[in-house]
Amino acid sequence: MSESSQPSTTLFEKVWQRHLVRNETAETPAILYIDLQLLHEVTSPQAFDELKRRGLKVRRPDRCLATIDHSTPTTPPDAGGVYHYHTPQAQAQVDMLHTNCAEQGIELHGWDSPHRGIVHVMGPEMGATQPGMTIVCGDSHTATHGAFGALAFGIGTTEVGHVLATQCLLQARPKTLGIRIEGKLQSGVTAKDVILHVIGQVGVGGGTGSVIEYFGSTIRSMDMESRMTVCNMSIECGARAGMIAPDEITFNYLRGRPLAPRGEDWAAAVEDWKTLKTDPGASYDRLVEIDATNIEPSVTWGTNPGMVIAINDAIPAGNDDASRDALDYMQFKGGTGLAGQPVDVVFIGSCTNSRMRDLREAAALMKNRKVAENTRVLIVPGSEATRKEAEAEGLNRIFVAAGAEWREPGCSMCLAMNGDSAEPGDLVVSTSNRNFKGRQGRGVRTILASPLTAAASAITGRVTNPLDLMEAGE
Amino acid sequence: MSHSGLVESRTFCLPVKNIDTDQIIPGQFLTTTEREGLGKFCFYSWRYDEKGNDRSDNPLKAHDAANEQVLVAGSNFGCGSSREHAPWALLDFGFKAVISSQFADIFRSNSLKNGLLPVEVEDHVAQFLLDHPGHPVRIDIRSSTLSVEDLGEFEFPLDPFSAYCLTRGIDQLDFLLENDAEISRFEQA
Repeated sequence: MSESSQPSTTLFEKVWQRHLVRNETAETPAILYIDLQLLHEVTSPQAFDELKRRGLKVRRPDRCLATIDHSTPTTPPDAGGVYHYHTPQAQAQVDMLHTNCAEQGIELHGWDSPHRGIVHVMGPEMGATQPGMTIVCGDSHTATHGAFGALAFGIGTTEVGHVLATQCLLQARPKTLGIRIEGKLQSGVTAKDVILHVIGQVGVGGGTGSVIEYFGSTIRSMDMESRMTVCNMSIECGARAGMIAPDEITFNYLRGRPLAPRGEDWAAAVEDWKTLKTDPGASYDRLVEIDATNIEPSVTWGTNPGMVIAINDAIPAGNDDASRDALDYMQFKGGTGLAGQPVDVVFIGSCTNSRMRDLREAAALMKNRKVAENTRVLIVPGSEATRKEAEAEGLNRIFVAAGAEWREPGCSMCLAMNGDSAEPGDLVVSTSNRNFKGRQGRGVRTILASPLTAAASAITGRVTNPLDLMEAGE
Repeated sequence: MSHSGLVESRTFCLPVKNIDTDQIIPGQFLTTTEREGLGKFCFYSWRYDEKGNDRSDNPLKAHDAANEQVLVAGSNFGCGSSREHAPWALLDFGFKAVISSQFADIFRSNSLKNGLLPVEVEDHVAQFLLDHPGHPVRIDIRSSTLSVEDLGEFEFPLDPFSAYCLTRGIDQLDFLLENDAEISRFEQA
């Protein structure tokens, strides 16, 4: 390639170029082919209805994969095997997805599937998510799949219908934002702290109109689960997608998974996937550099994911309307410490942090310890496969012995639409991705944090730097 | 749906930055399988208390639905989730356009597919409007211009395809379906 006349291009441009059915013109946007559409019960019913209204069939049911996760209870079924939904409407929504998928021949992982889980946990676990793919879902955290070098982004319900009917989307070409993250992470600092720190730097709208590529030594040394945590929160700075070039860590993760290529196909796929990286000399529309060696356990103090501080820092004074409003809602005083605030609920779960690595980190910290008396702790694995693996390792016994609730897989308290929610005024330390007002229940105050910080806070009943417990206990 | 191409109305202002889709329609209302009738849930937590009673500090209390069809809000409007329920709720509540100095990508895309106009303007225009609640404005899709009485006329970014589809009543899915042969060729390549 050294003498090639091909211009240097970025990872994003390579994947984009491969999927152009038609390039954009002055009058029309590009037609982009979609390799995989992930479906769930909340954002699909109106799309299936639209197809029905027009008498259309799903063009490629083999390129769809469905699960139930948002509206589903995380309490076990009763003795008769019946799951009890929060509302009849929630159950009707799940029933409707079953009907739609059956009518259209789409693979749906319901209660009886060993793979069922949060859509962004299940896809990678099954090997459905692969490098170089275009992947969409009616969910803004679809960027998670970009950890594999896929171009993956959230879409609205109308567009879900477009993809069901044509396997294509009309898209304007986004800008590129390179985020280089260099250096070794300190003890007690995880991928979640890295991405919270990045969002704090870029700002809650700073990535709007862009696809992010994360790269640098910090990213290269991360396992796939950590990379998924990073890409997952790309939307929280406004970017629809976040990508990481695939490497041996990616290939090792995928090898042998149910939907990954096999045999000769595997070798050919890996050869192709190795070409999916940004060429030397290629440039991004914008570049942000992050020194990871300085990152500390990070938490949010306000009402959007860009309001981030290191856990031992003081809460900002609040010199503008947005900060004052956030401090008012959070019942915090600018200039005071966040560490030490009493915590009512701890939630460990969501498509950001509900995978094995997250659960192992939380369990290591909670082992042989007890949850604080006045703190409720919910631990919600991301999928059935994760639940089984965690139980085989005995993580559930550690959590239950500590006094935490070990629940069935689902989105749960991340968006609190299934009945899992906190009480008005509660302070929640949550490993999820959004701290918007009322996100986890009416009047609920959310602090976003890593699984380590959440586990430490569960033990002390106060917002706690995990290093305080790790140094004392291990 | 077909759009007349013109919105003439007084504005209604919510001078708040980063209004996320959980504020526009909280997650608890997303178990619906319909797209109609969501206006009653629009800004629900801002309008009603925990028991469902009217809040005395409801910032939308004074909204005059008949005469204030253009919402003006702080920057980064519609950030957060991909729920199309957000523009569905705003439209059903009575808004036909939103003016802000920045829109979140998915919200913008969802809005254009439903005839809710995202009008992105420079900071000084947004600030003028936020300082003058109830101001008369005129939005013309064909020329993608916003006219603000006493301030001037401003072009706003609107991709020509969305403008064309909105004003001709052309459906984007119909356009995609017309490209069936090219999609098939791509699939076989």
